[in-house]
Amino acid sequence: MKKITTISIAISALLMIIAPQFLKNYGIYLLTYWLIFIIATMGLNLTLGYAGQKSLGHAAFFGIGAYTVAIVMKAGLSFWLGLPLGAALCFFIGIALGFPALRVQTIYLAFATLGFNTAVWLVMRNEEWLTGGTFGINNIARPELFGFSLASNMAYYYFTLGVTVLMAAALWGLLRSPWGKAFTALRDNPIRAESLGVDIRSYTLLSFAIGAAYAGVAGALFASLVEFIEPAPFTVGASIMMYLMVVVGGAGYFLGPVLGAAVGVLLPEWLRFAQAWYLFVFGSAVVLLMIWLPDGLLSIPDRLKAKKQAKNESAARAASAHAAANKGAQA
Amino acid sequence: MTDFLQLFFSGLATGAIYGLAALGFTLLWQASGTINFAQGEFVMLPAFMMLGFMAFGLPLAASFALSVVLAVVVLGWIFKRGIVDPLFKFGMMPIVVATIGLAIAMRNGVRAGYSAEAHAFPSLFPDQIYNVAGVTITLADLGTFVLAIALVFVTQAFMTKTVTGRAMQAVAQNTESASVLGINVPRMIFYAFAINAVLAVAAALLVTPTYLAKFDMGESLGNKAFFAAIIGGFNNSRGALLGGLIVGVCENLAAAYISPAYKDAVALVIFMVVILFKPQGLLGKKEERKV
Amino acid sequence: MQKRFTLKLIAACAFLAGANASFGQDTIKIANIVELSGAGASVGTTFKNGVELAVKEINASGGILGKKIVTSTYDTQTNPGVAKGQTQKAVDDGVFAIFGPVFSGSIMVSMAESKKAEIPNFTGGEAASITQQGNPYIFRTSFTQATAMPKVASYISNQAKLKTLAVIYVNNDFGKGGLDAIKKALANSATKVVAEVSTDSGQVDFSSAVLKAKQSNADGIFAYTNEEESARLLRELRKQGWTKPVIGETTLTNQKVIELAGEAANGAIAHVGVTVDAPIPTVRAFRAKFEKEYNYISDHNGIKGYSGMYVLKTAIEKVGKFDRKAVAEAMHGLKVSAAKVPGVLMDVSFDKNGDLDRESFMVEVKGGKQVVTATVPALGAK
Repeated sequence: MKKITTISIAISALLMIIAPQFLKNYGIYLLTYWLIFIIATMGLNLTLGYAGQKSLGHAAFFGIGAYTVAIVMKAGLSFWLGLPLGAALCFFIGIALGFPALRVQTIYLAFATLGFNTAVWLVMRNEEWLTGGTFGINNIARPELFGFSLASNMAYYYFTLGVTVLMAAALWGLLRSPWGKAFTALRDNPIRAESLGVDIRSYTLLSFAIGAAYAGVAGALFASLVEFIEPAPFTVGASIMMYLMVVVGGAGYFLGPVLGAAVGVLLPEWLRFAQAWYLFVFGSAVVLLMIWLPDGLLSIPDRLKAKKQAKNESAARAASAHAAANKGAQA
Repeated sequence: MTDFLQLFFSGLATGAIYGLAALGFTLLWQASGTINFAQGEFVMLPAFMMLGFMAFGLPLAASFALSVVLAVVVLGWIFKRGIVDPLFKFGMMPIVVATIGLAIAMRNGVRAGYSAEAHAFPSLFPDQIYNVAGVTITLADLGTFVLAIALVFVTQAFMTKTVTGRAMQAVAQNTESASVLGINVPRMIFYAFAINAVLAVAAALLVTPTYLAKFDMGESLGNKAFFAAIIGGFNNSRGALLGGLIVGVCENLAAAYISPAYKDAVALVIFMVVILFKPQGLLGKKEERKV
Repeated sequence: MQKRFTLKLIAACAFLAGANASFGQDTIKIANIVELSGAGASVGTTFKNGVELAVKEINASGGILGKKIVTSTYDTQTNPGVAKGQTQKAVDDGVFAIFGPVFSGSIMVSMAESKKAEIPNFTGGEAASITQQGNPYIFRTSFTQATAMPKVASYISNQAKLKTLAVIYVNNDFGKGGLDAIKKALANSATKVVAEVSTDSGQVDFSSAVLKAKQSNADGIFAYTNEEESARLLRELRKQGWTKPVIGETTLTNQKVIELAGEAANGAIAHVGVTVDAPIPTVRAFRAKFEKEYNYISDHNGIKGYSGMYVLKTAIEKVGKFDRKAVAEAMHGLKVSAAKVPGVLMDVSFDKNGDLDRESFMVEVKGGKQVVTATVPALGAK
């Protein structure tokens, strides 16, 4: 099993590297957009899928990362200052948000994060002196890396691809460490984990903060991709979409965000042929997907395995019942 | 002072509507643990149903009645059997995401299928303005407020005084014991969905004359209903109404006395304070954590 | 699992990219990049309908320089990021010209792409900053707020003779841009702005906004919000017994607003750049044709799209060939008269920034209808 996974990942990686050569500007732009959302949803997957914290405020961190880069670059400073600054800011705000979050149960956490998102959005919209208000900040440049300009869609795509791979590797490492195992314990049974000595408080905080930092990085990349930032992409609606992406892809599965972000970003594009109805088809598709696969797309292999196992077991039962009946008949 | 009263009374009318939408929300939560992110759209759809019936020439009353029936079937039965039942045992996440998808589908289905424009909607009440001690109130404001309160109290009475209502409460508190006692659990849950559908149609009737029927009218209404339900208490019906009234009034006061740009923040601040200090809501009961 | 999915994804992208590469020899491609969903849905849809009505007529009479027009539509979802992406897509598709987006916020972002690709871009946006970016490929289909507001301001100070004014505006780039423009226009006049009340898009309860205006004791209100909100504002004003002048710009006396506000709309005054109720035969004819084709009455957005298409046609015919750069150059300084080209509905001229100049009107709502009370000449009229 493992070998197949490694091979398929290698082939996918190869495809991701070659693909842009066959696509025009818009296609590359779309792939980059997808990569950015993979990073953001990876963060949410950590918070939601692995640590079980139902956060509905992820887009706020996405926005904080984006605005940090935008404001920093408008002030004439470098993108390379804005990116880590945005990520760090998100990390600390995540911790600050996490503190009160501990006082409330799961469901109220969702509400609290929703409230946080709205508050952040209000500030983005109203504080014109800082964020440009509804006009936003326009003409954000794309950065330079070691003197090599990333302005073209193609170059920016490869850069984003690199960052995505790096962030994914970091997350992988984190999850395989003892820390990461504790996260999973938290999700499955918080009270039992606590009785075993896992300090829920600090792990919750960390899961929030790291997830937020990932969203911050994604936001920073987003700012330079679109070259324009305004409050609209950072509303509660956007947070809800990210939540949707994580669950549809498969919460708690490492590669869930890849599929989930594809559903959220690429699926509406493919559906455009449906003209005015394309969003209706999208919404319906999500509903049907959830009914069919409540654990997300990546639960398909597990389901097949479970089905196979169930079939084997019932065959074994039938065989032993048959044997027992024969024996009984003989006796 | 008259200004304050003016804002207060306008806020009460708006708040009563938030309360109605919030009430349905809490009922669903109590009955089936469903967080319905499409609650706003559940109010939007009946508004268009009624518009549709009226376009065929039916009077408002008949359209309302037919829409109630249609809503109970679609938003009650089909929603429950089609989406909630299959996903019930998988926890909160899949249902939440399914309702998100449903909200998107409903909103855009109406937009593509009916129209992207806003439509006028006839008001139940004639256009009459009263001036009491310098404060102007329309008959519609008053009527909406009274009707909404009446609906909440009727629902509350139903839940506490009738056998069916008490059975529904039993199911909400402890499903296993309820079924052991011989209560038809699935049917009780269905009643909760049906009541939600009826309340949604009532809310649509009261709110659409002001909100105007548009495919996206559910978005902000759903958000406010959400906040209202939490502030008032997610497991208490009267709490939903109280929460709605608080949100409605405070918004207006904040817009006038603090800053219009940050008026949404007021509902937010109250919401955050409530969550921190009384997470079960102002009138809610504390829920014990089950191991 | 991963591999198969990724392969499918790549294949789909390649397919989409390839499918759009075809060029017609006898056709000219035009892109409609408009708001078909989200907050701007009704605006974008009407604009697009106007464009397509014009295209239908032009094709019926032989097309432009013998080539038929083919339109493709892209939904921006009223999201500037998406608008930018869709513009890139249209560029990839090799269109000759782009119509839209209508929302100022979106065009501000997407026009960077059309400028890069050197494709003429007609927009319905009204924010002043649109034509201040040094983009030689952007052209308006309606007044910039920088042109419209001085006209309103002149009415407010000189005709309505208001000494103090309360401004109720919507808190988005449309509303804020209008607020800045009216303040600037009134800066050296006899009228003082004594209150600036912000309201939200989609706001339902206007009691606090009206109250604030009342508290400021202004002689009149300048209302600058989107259509549904204007209707609710007018109702609240009537409810609270406001009898002083309510003046607006384009949106306030829109047909939709009148329909939704009912009684409350009577007495509202506005300066409108274009209105389907103008007492001009070409405009009346357009209104009838639009209603016949689409079963609803157009608003100013339909006029923007329709007339814009005819302007493009005129510019191309003036140049004599399908050269984007030459057409853009010809646009600057172009003057089109309605007598020669009825499709532009009213005489119009363009300046070097892409701004247009036209007659406009002061209208008042009387008995549920827009009635033109005065005609305001074009700024450059002789």
